[in-house]
Amino acid sequence: MDKVSKKNLEYLINRKDNQYEVVIGLEVHAQILSESKLFSTSATKFGAEPNTQVSLVDAAFPGMLPVINEFCVKQAIKTGIGLNAKINKRSVFDRKNYFYADLPQGYQISQFKDPIVGEGKVILDMPNGQKEIGIERLHLEQDAGKSIHDLDPQNTFVDLNRSGVALMEIVSKPDLRSPDEVSEYIKKLRSIMRYLGTCDGNMQEGSLRADVNVSVRSKGSKEFGTRCEIKNVNSIKFMQMAIEYEANRQVDLIEEGKSIDQETRLFDTKKNETRSMRSKEDAHDYRYFPDPDLLPLEVSEDFINDLKNDIPELPDDKKKRFIDEFKLSPYEATILVSDIDTAKYFEEVVAKMGKNKDMKLAVNWITGELFAVLNNKNLEISQSPVSAKNLAILVNLIKNGTISGKIAKTVFELMLDGDKDPQKIVEEKGLKQQSDPKAIEALIDKIITDNREKAIEYKQGKEKLFGFFVGQAMKASGGKANPQLINEILKKKLQ
Amino acid sequence: MSDITKQSLTELVENIKNKKLSSTDVTKGFIERSEKSGELNAYITDDFSSALDKAKKFDQKPNFNLKLPGIPMAVKDLFCTKNVKTTAGSKILNNFVPTYESTVTKNIWNEGAILLGKLNCDEFAMGSSNETSFFGNVQNPIDKDLVPGGSSGGSASAVAGKLTPITIGTDTGGSIRQPASFTGTVGLKPTYGSCSRYGIVAFASSLDQAGPMAQNVKDCALLQEVISSYDPKDSTSIDFKRNEYSKELSINIKGKKIGIPKEYRVDGMPKEIENLWQKGIQYVKDCGAETIDISLPHTSYALPTYYIVAPAEASSNLARYDGVKYGFRAKGENLIEMYEKTRSEGFGAEVQRRIMIGTYVLSSGYYDAYYLKAQKVRKLIKNDFDEAYKKVDAILTPSTPSSAFKIGEKTNDPVSMYLNDIFTVPVNLAGLPAISIPAGHDSKGYPLGLQIIGKAFDEQNILNIAFAMEEKISFKNQINDWWIK
Repeated sequence: MDKVSKKNLEYLINRKDNQYEVVIGLEVHAQILSESKLFSTSATKFGAEPNTQVSLVDAAFPGMLPVINEFCVKQAIKTGIGLNAKINKRSVFDRKNYFYADLPQGYQISQFKDPIVGEGKVILDMPNGQKEIGIERLHLEQDAGKSIHDLDPQNTFVDLNRSGVALMEIVSKPDLRSPDEVSEYIKKLRSIMRYLGTCDGNMQEGSLRADVNVSVRSKGSKEFGTRCEIKNVNSIKFMQMAIEYEANRQVDLIEEGKSIDQETRLFDTKKNETRSMRSKEDAHDYRYFPDPDLLPLEVSEDFINDLKNDIPELPDDKKKRFIDEFKLSPYEATILVSDIDTAKYFEEVVAKMGKNKDMKLAVNWITGELFAVLNNKNLEISQSPVSAKNLAILVNLIKNGTISGKIAKTVFELMLDGDKDPQKIVEEKGLKQQSDPKAIEALIDKIITDNREKAIEYKQGKEKLFGFFVGQAMKASGGKANPQLINEILKKKLQ
Repeated sequence: MSDITKQSLTELVENIKNKKLSSTDVTKGFIERSEKSGELNAYITDDFSSALDKAKKFDQKPNFNLKLPGIPMAVKDLFCTKNVKTTAGSKILNNFVPTYESTVTKNIWNEGAILLGKLNCDEFAMGSSNETSFFGNVQNPIDKDLVPGGSSGGSASAVAGKLTPITIGTDTGGSIRQPASFTGTVGLKPTYGSCSRYGIVAFASSLDQAGPMAQNVKDCALLQEVISSYDPKDSTSIDFKRNEYSKELSINIKGKKIGIPKEYRVDGMPKEIENLWQKGIQYVKDCGAETIDISLPHTSYALPTYYIVAPAEASSNLARYDGVKYGFRAKGENLIEMYEKTRSEGFGAEVQRRIMIGTYVLSSGYYDAYYLKAQKVRKLIKNDFDEAYKKVDAILTPSTPSSAFKIGEKTNDPVSMYLNDIFTVPVNLAGLPAISIPAGHDSKGYPLGLQIIGKAFDEQNILNIAFAMEEKISFKNQINDWWIK
């Protein structure tokens, strides 16, 4: 098993005589998977017509009051459990006050001093071992609406569909050290939340986005450097690019003998650079205070325990079980568990293969042929053109010698069109493997007779001619002869 | 039927149920008197024609099982009323027509009452004299150019002047009890969480509470049982067993222990207030209750605490009035300028002052020294009451440190204005119920009130004490209809 190791392949920025380490902490904003908003009953569907999912509460009409959505609380606690974190039985909603056109209340309801989830951790599988990343906290908050600046030269339009949607802000400790770790961290968070059904992790739709805190320091230094926060980055690729740019910018400043200003920056995806948004001096004073419209949120031990009992097997446990139960390699297991649908698919294949199953073969077919097809067609595994059941049948057909691996590829191609039963394809197309030794022997005898000279050359030591005979035999059988039998019989006959 | 408007709510309900009066008769009576009472400036918006329609409809198919059958009623303009303009006394909501109904008013209409119109109040309920309203001063029916108190000044004036048989106000620091005291009427501030805040324009969320204002204690009890309800739409609403207060009303307060807090004897309090208090003590004794001297040691910190907590919450609650979504909007070159102009022009001076104070006490560097400390003191004030209630069943104090003052007398002296709330504010900070009843007159003939403070959820007890005292006091308001030409 992989061991937790502190040292990974180091990501360092090199300058003349100096090496710099990059220190990264993330504030991930994950939209809670919920039919309705955090404090109102409006719907949360993505892509709806502007301002069609807005209640009087979301638009902050006079006298309107927030009422906590219990389901969202459960989702946050489940996520906390998935992050191995402390669940706080008492948490408090605060108002974060600032003016903006898409913030109807003039404040965002968030949790400042007393979040619902405290410290936790996630384990990353890095190429040279595992690494633990600390979670500082997870808190509940409302999303703001959306300002649309490009529909009119004069006016800004506001869409409040997103206003009041429930977010979990997951704050990591500054434990990340490279763009690759950040990538793995986001993937792992997303994987855990998808297993839990608490966030769909869809970054294109903005369900998952992050503020990235970056600082640099001389390799070996224990002190943290001055950090800059890059706001609202919405893809893993952009996070990596932003970190790379920002870390190098900071290193350059240090190398030039300049100091780094603590500030909030924006990542320009077109120019691939970060730009200053506001300095520490210009930072908002959010005037946080407990929201008097909401009582402190109190949850009982039983409430938490009921949710604990409701937690499905999570990626780390599933991986361990795949290794123990199915004898997969850690690498294979990691690939299969990273996405809950892949894991589900794999487990269904395993179940459908029955008693005499070839686990290795199943894994290879899923991660090889199937992944390639999904990739090509840009499909999720949940939309796979080949069902787990039929893939299991195909793997079994190979395993029991009905078809060869090569023929299986042909069969697989045919299966893609309408999820056809491979058994039927093999029967209809007559693709069944020839495994009658007598028939193959007769076939080989004829080939040796027809190619007497080559047979002599082989016997005299020209061993690479063996392949020639195999090819001839395969050709003569129309590709259906059992390759193993061909090998065995040929060897015997050519001795 | 010229004496319709002289009748109490209880009498009107009785007469409608006995078919001696129709809802149309009653509604017409109050509309006519309201129309003649423009000089009081009690209304911001009237809904008279629609009220008459509703009254006629009621009479066609009357339901006498309701608690307020066909009773016309005007309400404070802080309650959102569906399709009827709701301004909160502010320019910034001058054009705002809600598409929804507050829970409290919905409860009232569900019991058969009919909306007469929306009553004037201090802007966003911030004031103690109704002088901060964008819609102008309200006159006290007691005397010309006398303030009716605030912030529910229009409500108090309308009940005292008999423009409505009964009404509702809101009380954040005394906004029901102080104007009741100034106008010789009865006003109840219920326990925090008794009446839903849903649909009430918010001033300070942790203090705001709606309550009834009436000519007598029985009417007040009846309306309280109508408006008080558990409401899941307000997270601070409390699910407790609510009495039928009017049915269970009793003058039997024998053996009740009434606390007299020494800290309410403040410096500079007029002798007549002290005398009134002593008379009150005698009345409750005459009713068979016992009085006990108690101490509420943190009383003197209540006012400064209130003037930190309330503006802090208000500064945030009023952030939504930004010109973007509804209400008044001033033109600006950009978003910031639009905000600045909208809020500078849309809010009056007192509201702006409180937003400034609130913003200041919440800002980083001052939060701990002001807001956090105020919250701690607030807890101490609540503890004072908890301690006192181990010994007594209720507490008797004056409602205000003075009688009504003249319009303009205190407008340039906010601190003196704030001092008006000195006896009422601790009750809000502790979330307790309290009632003000008229108990006498000062040398000018202006009414003076006494306040009975109860334990949380113990409205019945303070209503009973008030009911018993009311009988002994037999107060008569001296109103000569000076404003009716």
